[in-house]
Amino acid sequence: MSAPVIDSARPAAPDTPAGRSTGRQRTTPARFDTALGWSDRPGFAWALRVLLCLLALGIFAAPFLTIFSGAFTANPSGSSLSFLPHDSTLTNFKVAGERGIWDYLGNSLVIAGGGLLLQLVVCTLAAYALARHRFRGRALIMMLFMMTLMLPEEVIAIPLSLVLGDVPVVHLDLKGTVWGVILPLGAWGFSVMMLTEFMRDIPTEIEEAARLDGVGELRMLWQVVLPLCKPALGVAGVLGFIMIWDQYLLPLIAAKDPTDYTVTVALSILRTDPEVGSGVVLAGAVIALIPSLIVYLLLQRSLVTGIAAGATKG
Amino acid sequence: MTATVTPPAARRALTRRAVVPWLFLAPGLLLALVFKFWPMAKGVWLSFFDVRPFLGDKWIGLDNYTRVLTDHRFQDAIGHTLVLGIGQSVGAILLGFVLALLLEGQARSLKLLRTAVFLPAVTATAVVGELWRLMYYPTSDGLLNSGLHLLGLGPVQFLDNPNLALWSTMAMGIWIWAPYNMVIILAGLAGVDRSLYEAAAMDGVSLWQRLRYVTLPAIRPALMIVLTLATIRGLRVFTEVYVLTGGGPAGSTDVWMTRAYTLGFTRNDIGGASAASVVLLCVTLLLTVTINHLRKRGEAR
Repeated sequence: MSAPVIDSARPAAPDTPAGRSTGRQRTTPARFDTALGWSDRPGFAWALRVLLCLLALGIFAAPFLTIFSGAFTANPSGSSLSFLPHDSTLTNFKVAGERGIWDYLGNSLVIAGGGLLLQLVVCTLAAYALARHRFRGRALIMMLFMMTLMLPEEVIAIPLSLVLGDVPVVHLDLKGTVWGVILPLGAWGFSVMMLTEFMRDIPTEIEEAARLDGVGELRMLWQVVLPLCKPALGVAGVLGFIMIWDQYLLPLIAAKDPTDYTVTVALSILRTDPEVGSGVVLAGAVIALIPSLIVYLLLQRSLVTGIAAGATKG
Repeated sequence: MTATVTPPAARRALTRRAVVPWLFLAPGLLLALVFKFWPMAKGVWLSFFDVRPFLGDKWIGLDNYTRVLTDHRFQDAIGHTLVLGIGQSVGAILLGFVLALLLEGQARSLKLLRTAVFLPAVTATAVVGELWRLMYYPTSDGLLNSGLHLLGLGPVQFLDNPNLALWSTMAMGIWIWAPYNMVIILAGLAGVDRSLYEAAAMDGVSLWQRLRYVTLPAIRPALMIVLTLATIRGLRVFTEVYVLTGGGPAGSTDVWMTRAYTLGFTRNDIGGASAASVVLLCVTLLLTVTINHLRKRGEAR
């Protein structure tokens, strides 16, 4: 739609009044680094940018300070929040501990650890077959994995909860066990697609040389392909963790009673508890926040690459 | 050619080569089958039944569908879902675009800023929900209300006012997804050919025109992807609403999935809830296929 526009617009632009009026700026290389042509010298535009950046910081990051300050403030009424704690205390964490927050965190950590391990193994195996083997029906299998992305827990929640209560063929009741959350997370289409794309780019020469040396399939994957896939595994790992930590509906429907909840789901228990104030809820929120915060800050680069790459490849 | 005279050993090697990929695929396919495709099939199946525990299910044809689609609370939920989905997607894309333009660059301070601004996108939705509940606290000492109080505005019932609750939910959704979109748009911006900017400056093009005719066309693919992801996400929005308002007050923020959840888990109407999920699934599938088709046609041109 706009492809023809760009061609017609460029020769025409110098003739327009707007084009002429701003055409007299000094051409410093920095001006071409960004779409808006931000200058890195102090001036009006620079000051405006600093101001807007502070505003963005205030909107998107400052609320996180209130979580921490609220969690360390003793305020049973709980409605007054500020960016810095008034009188710091650990009472909120103690109360949250009495309500079993550490058990919920334990559930979360087991699920996140087990789920991520299973997800990485399952998706790597599938990706290896899809990327390094030619077989009939490969395109179909690719499409099946892509389709799993169309079936998030929200859409299949009701039948999935029935399936978790009575797994077909083996008739196991997974409800109330960590497996009820871990197993449905195993086959994640996104990881399969991303790892497949990455493994495809490994030159066949490396594989052929190894095969001549009599290397079997498992060793090929473990010792030849995987070491070359470390960046992609990092992306799959960090995105997988964030995705699992964010799960809400799945732990909710897989639980038999509230003691099976993960820490994120358990926040609602703290909130509806009439005996505890919002300070305790925020203490719980801090506990639920910290693991994902650590993972994010440590593996930020992988995360950002993954989101950008996953998005451009669809 | 060789197949007709293959010696047994070679044939065994051939079958082994054919079996190996399936062994690697087996765990993934099994898990996807049991926990994704089987529930989907079961959901479609149940949507045609009156599900009665212990009494046995009774085939009732399309009754569940007509019941759900004529239920006025579901009809309201369609409106809310569309308003929330579209408003949230458009808002998050616009704000994400603005953020990307603002925070584009190589400086270390900008990298730090991006790290901080991206925080909402990596935080679990439940945590975000609790945070916003407290920011929206309805008395004048709540975080947002104390700010409004300074401006001389009375305490606003962000979540308790049925006319306002949906917009409050939308604001939170935009807050979550704008940084996420920012990252995708930034990746698009990084791919814009810098010499185009230089050429535009040489031609004396204004900043606005440069943005309109150079930057926007170049990041159009990134924007299309963001839009696709956001629309589909918007239709099946659940957790955001569930943790912030639970669908209330008076059903004013009830979206399609919270409605289906209430029907299935609170009222135990498995058939009706399944029908609602199948409708959503069909709409999402249809939308994805349409957008992909449009995108392909757009690329071909």
